[in-house]
Amino acid sequence: MSTAERVHYKPEAAQTTEGALLISISTARNSEDIRCKCICPPYREFPGQIYKQNVSLKDCNCLHVVEPMPVEGKDVEAYCLRCECKYEERSSGTIKVTIIMYLSILGLLLLYMVYLTLLEPILKRRLFGHSQLIQNDDDVGDQQPFANAHNVLSRSHSRPNMLNKVEHAQQRWRRQVQEQRKSVFDRHVVLS
Amino acid sequence: MFQFWVSLYRKYAADSERGFEGMENPGYRSGSFDSLHQSSDDDDDEMVDIAGATLDFSNTDDDPPLSSGGYEEHSSSSRAAGMNGNGPSKFVDPLEDPLPGVGTYEDFNTIDWVREKTKDRDRHREITNKSKLSTVALLHSISDAFSGWLLMLLVGLMSGALAGGIDIAAHWLTDMKEGVCLIGFWFNHEHCCWTSNETTFKERDQCPQWQSWAELITGTSEGPFAYIMNYLMYIFWALLFAFLAVTLVRAFAPYACGSGIPEIKTILSGFIIRGYLGKWTLIIKTITLVLAVSSGLSLGKEGPLVHVACCCANILCHLFTKYRKNEAKRREVLSAAAAVGVSVAFGAPIGGVLFSLEEVSYYFPLKTLWRSFFAALVAAFTLRSINPFGNSRLVLFYVEFHAPWHMLELAPFILLGIFGGLWGALFIRANIAWCRRRKTTRLGHYPVMEVLVVTALTAVVAYPNSYTRMSGAELISELFNDCSLLDSSQLCGYKPPANTSETGVGNSLADRPAGEGLYTALWQLALALVFKIMVTVITFGMKVPSGLFIPSMAVGAIAGRLLGVGMEQLAYYHHDWFLFKGWCSPGADCITPGLYAMVGAAACLGGVTRMTVSLVVIMFELTGGLEYIVPLMAATMTSKWVADAFGREGIYEAHIRLNGYPFLEPKEEFEHSSLTVDVMRPRRSDPALAVLTQEGMTVEEVEALVESTRYSGFPVVVSQESQRLVGFVFRRDLLISIDNARKRQEGVVGASQVVFTEHAPAHAADAPPPLRLRGILDLSPFTVTDHTPMDITVDIFRKLGLRQCLVTHNGRLLGIITKKDILKHMAQIANRDPDSILFN
Repeated sequence: MSTAERVHYKPEAAQTTEGALLISISTARNSEDIRCKCICPPYREFPGQIYKQNVSLKDCNCLHVVEPMPVEGKDVEAYCLRCECKYEERSSGTIKVTIIMYLSILGLLLLYMVYLTLLEPILKRRLFGHSQLIQNDDDVGDQQPFANAHNVLSRSHSRPNMLNKVEHAQQRWRRQVQEQRKSVFDRHVVLS
Repeated sequence: MFQFWVSLYRKYAADSERGFEGMENPGYRSGSFDSLHQSSDDDDDEMVDIAGATLDFSNTDDDPPLSSGGYEEHSSSSRAAGMNGNGPSKFVDPLEDPLPGVGTYEDFNTIDWVREKTKDRDRHREITNKSKLSTVALLHSISDAFSGWLLMLLVGLMSGALAGGIDIAAHWLTDMKEGVCLIGFWFNHEHCCWTSNETTFKERDQCPQWQSWAELITGTSEGPFAYIMNYLMYIFWALLFAFLAVTLVRAFAPYACGSGIPEIKTILSGFIIRGYLGKWTLIIKTITLVLAVSSGLSLGKEGPLVHVACCCANILCHLFTKYRKNEAKRREVLSAAAAVGVSVAFGAPIGGVLFSLEEVSYYFPLKTLWRSFFAALVAAFTLRSINPFGNSRLVLFYVEFHAPWHMLELAPFILLGIFGGLWGALFIRANIAWCRRRKTTRLGHYPVMEVLVVTALTAVVAYPNSYTRMSGAELISELFNDCSLLDSSQLCGYKPPANTSETGVGNSLADRPAGEGLYTALWQLALALVFKIMVTVITFGMKVPSGLFIPSMAVGAIAGRLLGVGMEQLAYYHHDWFLFKGWCSPGADCITPGLYAMVGAAACLGGVTRMTVSLVVIMFELTGGLEYIVPLMAATMTSKWVADAFGREGIYEAHIRLNGYPFLEPKEEFEHSSLTVDVMRPRRSDPALAVLTQEGMTVEEVEALVESTRYSGFPVVVSQESQRLVGFVFRRDLLISIDNARKRQEGVVGASQVVFTEHAPAHAADAPPPLRLRGILDLSPFTVTDHTPMDITVDIFRKLGLRQCLVTHNGRLLGIITKKDILKHMAQIANRDPDSILFN
């Protein structure tokens, strides 16, 4: 890019007070989220430098952003000709919300996974006593929760309520996952 | 594993022993699911399932399997529930309520496109007819017509938002391996230093707000101890991310692993994998994709994004009856969703539409083209408004240069094409060999261990080399970048020109000798190339979400950049060669290494996936430079030719074949001169075809016939003697209807007659009432004659998406030919094991 500013100037003559207010509000709202970044390559004895300023789009050019200007008078134009200024916007709110949402979903999934693999068998053991435990231990380990689940379902079948439905749906889902796991990880018939 | 093969072998041995002909029930299901279901009796298995399912319907108050889940239904108890609540209106007796489950398909089966399309046409006709009657119906018809576009809008919005989230999270988590931001842990490295004025020209991403782990823990960022600390933290985070990814996939959604494109291709061609596009797959794939990408493994997010978009589409399809109940219509939406996936992955909406058309779709009418176009547009717009990279670009490696190229440069571009083709062929061979090893040997038993070992290996080897340490997309962006005076990276480490101030017109770094920094970068890149080539082969196909686009492009970009720098230096030192004379005079900016990297990336991606048009368009949309279309085209075409010389199939087809999915490749020609009679069942030595007669059979006889065979459907004939064809009935529909009738219909017992005719014949007064099943009979099955050449039959199957076709001889029913028969026949011709086709 040989031009100093890629940002186009807009005619400012027609700017009403209303427009100015609007701009000031929008810049005030996310003053951290805009920047004008000028990269100036080495020039004569001056090393390369990066300048960043919180300025609006119309001010995003070398003359406004490069402070302090390292060169004097007539060299300013030559210096600025080499600089490249870019106006960039981001939304730190979106970033924050996304990352926090991502982490909380990940955390929930991990907790649920830990619950399903570690805590639930222990709880089931407590609930259904020792005899069943021995019986179930003969089974394949994976099958065990389902055997219990059927018991749960049949016992409380008399009063179907919301909780039962959830439990039922959960068991069905887990059976599906079980089958998927078998076909993907154990038998390697799909997705390998 | 061994047991599985044994049981499979037993299955097929049993097949040939009993001389089964016609439509086999999936050998896969009955052969392998018996280990899940307690029952070991193969033939009974089905019956038990169906009966159980119908039982489920009768007491739906507890948990209506129809309303919930839909596509998710996978368990044996609700397999029959399926997603299509109603049978086709044409087939259903108006007096009778449409049975739930009739007209649906089982898991791992192929749909009949013709049947689905007929169903939709009838439905549409009915709505149109009704719309003339009342205003409400008119509104209904309008909303029905509009629903396709509304669905596209929703798919675009949802996929765009998810892709934006994935971009932000992956970027953040990748930087997490190096350090943390003190002013807000949610900022990645670049955003942490967003306003910082401490960044310098040389160290342009360093700022005090961003602390590396060594700085946090040891308090210093220099010295060997800090380096080792950072190294260890890098390995630790990489291992942690990979471990979380693989355990989450294993625990919640095994279908979320891999790239997903081979399976989506198969699904779009009419296969059914329940749960593959379900909500859990979506959640887990989205979450673990970020983890996998950030773990530094040699994989990309582009392929999985296609899967994510298809999951969104499938889930949103449940909102619209038109798409929920029709498998063919749903596949049109999925085709468009594939376009959306690429659109958000590369910020290339048109490239996405072409990708869907060229690479994944099976049935792509113009209407779908327009819808894909619209959805891709919406998705790109959504992603743009999220602005995940903070630079108003949709991808990290967006490039922008407009340096001209000379005709003579086509030679190195074609050279890159040859390299891409060789890489593609080599990669496919090696990866398939490795995946087969994973599938058949003990390696496959340790998926978690495998992922951890590969991650550890990648992290240990990758960290010391700065070009492998950075993420794939960043590497590509750096390689694509054209050196200007503004750049301070190692790749731009040219010797400064002698007369600094005089050359100061513009910022281009024309015509300079390579300096110390560039030489270091070159050998680092060469090592990175070797490393990437090797590690990508073992990474693709592991049980984490993994795409192939980025690693392939990285390999190509490295090779291209190396060649580009080489060319540039050659031109610098030999300006007087006749080759360079005239266009590359001293001081002229004649060779752009970044362009070579771009061409190399396109060539390598083309070699692996065998895309042509869509690839060029994607690259062109990435660069926004029309002038590079010719170099890209030349390189892509060369790479396709070279790669095709070593093997005709791309990586996705190779994986489809490895898994034995029933996919009838539309690109391949059928050249063998066999006739339909050679391929159809029953074979000459087999017993006659199992058929039903349109009247005269009792319920018991029908049940006995269905139970003694495992075919998925039965032709119905006028009588056993004449063998004149009436129609075709699916096993599943038949079983559900009979079972339902026995439970609900008064007087239907084993001795009742099963009647497929329009008018029930007069029956004796004391006989039980007949069971009328004309409703489930497909009255327009496709037929070919026995002497139809196979290439025509294959064409009919491909073009119409048939599942089965009946074969007649002199007008009498002779046999049946299914998609699986054709695939087995094709495998046989190609000297492959026909039993590798596992599914119906």
